[in-house]
Amino acid sequence: MNGRATTAEKSRPRERGSVALLAVTGWAVPGAAHLWLGRRQKGLVFLIALPLMFVIGLLLHGRLFPFEPSQPLVALAAIADVGLGVPYLIAKAFGLGAGRVVASSYEYGNAFLIVAGLLNSLVVLDAYDIALGRK
Amino acid sequence: MTHFLLLLLFAFFVSLVFAVLMRDEPREQLRTGGLLFGAFVGAALVLGWLMYPLPI
Repeated sequence: MNGRATTAEKSRPRERGSVALLAVTGWAVPGAAHLWLGRRQKGLVFLIALPLMFVIGLLLHGRLFPFEPSQPLVALAAIADVGLGVPYLIAKAFGLGAGRVVASSYEYGNAFLIVAGLLNSLVVLDAYDIALGRK
Repeated sequence: MTHFLLLLLFAFFVSLVFAVLMRDEPREQLRTGGLLFGAFVGAALVLGWLMYPLPI
C-alpha cells in the first residue's frame, strides 16, 4: 500500500452513511473530505485557502452575523458564515468576529467571511458528488 | 491596506478555490485560475470606471 487512492477507488460510489459522515467532516474541516477521498492536492489547497480567507476576514474587522430571522439578509449571512465549520465555531467560542462597523475594511471583512463559508459549502457538495461516483 | 489590494487578495482566493474545484489537472487549474482572476479584476475596474460619474 502506498497510501494513494487509485482512479477506480476515487470514483467508486460509497454507501450513504459514509457519504454523510464525509460531508460532515468536509464541513467541519475545509478540504478534509477531499483528502479522505484521496484528492490530496485539492484537499490541501482548500485546507489552507479557506481558513486563511476566514482569518483575513476577521483581521479586517468583519462580523460573524447572528441568526436573526427578523432580518432575512443577516440570517442568510449567518448561514453562509457557518459554512466554514470548526474555524467558525472556534472564532465564536473566543468571541471573535464582533465586527467594527466604523472600520474602512468592515465590508471587505464581511465579504471574506461570507464567501469563505459559501466556498466551503461548494467544496462539500463537490466531495459529496465525488463520493457518490457522479464525478 | 488599500481597497485595490484587498480586491486583488479576494479575487486571488476565489479564483484559486474555483479553479481547483472545477479542474483536475494542475495546468488546467492554473489557466482557469488566471482567467478567473483576470476577469474578476477586469470587471471590477470596468464597473468602477462606469460608476465614476455617478454622484456619491
